[in-house]
Amino acid sequence: MKVIIDGIPIEVEPGTSILNAARQIGGDVVPPAMCYYSKLKDSGGKCRTCLVKVSKGSEKDPRPMPKLVASCRTAVMDGMEVQNITSPEVLEARKGIVEMLLINHPLDCPICDQAGECDLQNLAFDHGAVKTRYEFDRRTFEKIDIGDKIQLHMTRCILCYRCVFVADQITDHRIHGILNRGDHSEISTYIHAAVENDFSGNVIDVCPVGALTDKTFRFKNRVWFTKPVDAHRDCDHPGCNGKVALWYKGEEVLRVTARKDQYGEVEEFICNTCRFDTKKTADWVIEGPRKISHKSVISSNHYEFKPLPVVKTNPQLQGANKQQFERDTRL
Amino acid sequence: MARKLLLEHINVPGINTFDVYRSKGGYASVEKALKTMSPDDVVEEVKKSGLRGRGGAGFPTGMKWSFLAKPEGVARYLVCNADESEPGTFKDRYLMTYIPHLLIEGMIVASFALGAKTSYIYVRGEMMPQIRILEKAIAEAKNAGFLGKNILGSGYDLELYVQPGGGAYICGEETALLESLEGKRGNPRIKPPFPAIAGLYGCPTVVNNVESIAAVVPIINEGGDEYAKVGIGRSTGTKLISAGGNIKKPGVYEIDLGLPVEEFLYSDEYCGGIANGKRLKAVVAGGSSVPILPANLFFKTAKNEPRLMSYESLAEGGFVTGTMMGSGGFIAFDEDQCIVRNTWNFTRFYHHESCGQCSPCREGTGWMEKVLHRLENGHGTLSDMDLLVDVSKKIEGNTICPLGDAAAWPVASAIRHFRDEFEWHVTNASEAVVRNYGLAHYADPLDIKETA
Repeated sequence: MKVIIDGIPIEVEPGTSILNAARQIGGDVVPPAMCYYSKLKDSGGKCRTCLVKVSKGSEKDPRPMPKLVASCRTAVMDGMEVQNITSPEVLEARKGIVEMLLINHPLDCPICDQAGECDLQNLAFDHGAVKTRYEFDRRTFEKIDIGDKIQLHMTRCILCYRCVFVADQITDHRIHGILNRGDHSEISTYIHAAVENDFSGNVIDVCPVGALTDKTFRFKNRVWFTKPVDAHRDCDHPGCNGKVALWYKGEEVLRVTARKDQYGEVEEFICNTCRFDTKKTADWVIEGPRKISHKSVISSNHYEFKPLPVVKTNPQLQGANKQQFERDTRL
Repeated sequence: MARKLLLEHINVPGINTFDVYRSKGGYASVEKALKTMSPDDVVEEVKKSGLRGRGGAGFPTGMKWSFLAKPEGVARYLVCNADESEPGTFKDRYLMTYIPHLLIEGMIVASFALGAKTSYIYVRGEMMPQIRILEKAIAEAKNAGFLGKNILGSGYDLELYVQPGGGAYICGEETALLESLEGKRGNPRIKPPFPAIAGLYGCPTVVNNVESIAAVVPIINEGGDEYAKVGIGRSTGTKLISAGGNIKKPGVYEIDLGLPVEEFLYSDEYCGGIANGKRLKAVVAGGSSVPILPANLFFKTAKNEPRLMSYESLAEGGFVTGTMMGSGGFIAFDEDQCIVRNTWNFTRFYHHESCGQCSPCREGTGWMEKVLHRLENGHGTLSDMDLLVDVSKKIEGNTICPLGDAAAWPVASAIRHFRDEFEWHVTNASEAVVRNYGLAHYADPLDIKETA
């Protein structure tokens, strides 16, 4: 099936979502995703940051779709034409969504362990406004411990439901979920029960913000001061193949996570023994330093002011993003 | 006086019992449909009638039925949406309370048309009396052989169940209703797939409003063409309107679609005019989620044509100068009502009822409520109006389900039409907390009627 995203054609399998088609193109036309997780079935559609405009439905039915659609949950049709960063409407909507996501977020990045590898931080950096227009108290929750290794700081949560899907699909049973509704909804367990199973640690990796953090790493270090190294061990847990990233500070392994790809999604889920209990270099077979994009804050230690992603070689995209370009460089 | 199709026998004593209902010609449509018609004939008849969904969106019912996927060996379901929770709408509750057999008769015919062997009536949790009434009525109908195995010897089996909901507004959205019916958290599903392809338990499902299903009964009894003669243009048939607010005779009225709004509001047959000799300021024509209209725009469209109670005429002018038929929750505001307070009240409702699944609605409704609360209590600023319009635009159309739109429209329209009242709340803050803005120039152009 042929689909055109921001003027770039690509051939994809039937049933591919627009987001995944854009990821196959790669680069700047990939819509951001806060709740979609390609390894988790039924995830996506909730955060609305990946909204795109379908300017031509398909070859058969060329009518445009009346509303912006969530690209992570909309399958491509043959001949579909999609506008992402070429559509001012999409950029405007996305800015609105980022603002909405941030109004109840505490913005405590300076003390948050997730800072540096936080999807929301990256999103807000690329698409957010400099100042907020929200002048009211933000919702707050008490921190709770779900199990002895994981802490839940609900105040930071953006309710992406990823950790719920992890518990449903990766572990044998789920005991946490969403309580209440609207902006009072919270991730919690029934009467503070502990989340205890061999794969529970994966909720930390899938959390796009710092709502679920690793208690063995809490406040130990900033992410960008640690160096990631690929390693593996012979894990005897069925379902875990022991391929991880070790985060070193000097000689010491500060934390162990699954290996994340460029979209912040883990390549393979790992078990709790690998994550929490094996933190000595001797436990691991080192493969070499993990490749991190040089643009990432983890390798450069700071965010770089850059204009909104624009495909340099595509004149159509440059024209459409002229305004954006000027605004961002002025800033 | 127009002929009533749904509420014809509403005043007959004991019409809520099977025997009285049957003696007044009830269940004739079941006999007609099951004995003389094929399921496709019934669908065809409903298509011919031009019946449009009475739950709010106004999607043609016959079309919805014909979209239902019919794979071999997979069960199909009909679900009746009786989760009526829109502020201002109470027609379904009235219908279920006083004439429950009409709904059950409609359910049997509609289930037959769709080939559903099991059907559900999802009733809002707060409506406990109605749930008991329906269960009693179902037992009576079953006793008389209109439900269960081999209905009237036609070989068609149907089981009908009443399912109480938890009382959440969001469960009136069809996919959230299906989730709730399956026993899960009532979060709307992401469409596609639509319920006609994969609905309840993954099977093809049709979800219809109570009134739409009840309207199937007169359509089958009299024929689709005959039904289509009532009404105007593409708005065919009769509609139940729940009239409320500052009118003399609040209640549920059955009107022929196409009735002039003036007649509906002022004639003694219907609302009987504004109570206490006051004048009309604004109208919410179809339940809290449709745009509010000032009186002058309500009676006359922007093209200076008289407005009628029909889907098209109320929507004349789009969202700029028009509104929507919605679910028929007609709320009239007299000159003493404060639009800011009312808008805040509506927003508070949507804030409370937002399911919290997708971000624009979860965060935006709360934001709008807080800004409006501030405005109403005299702490607003002039930029708040632009902020509200901007926030409502960011919500509208960007959410999974229509609740986001429903929350955004009343705010956007109130500011569009009543901006000077909002500004007065800022500039005269201390006065605004003790008195109301009054009528201003929104007055209805009619003379004040003599009041008795």
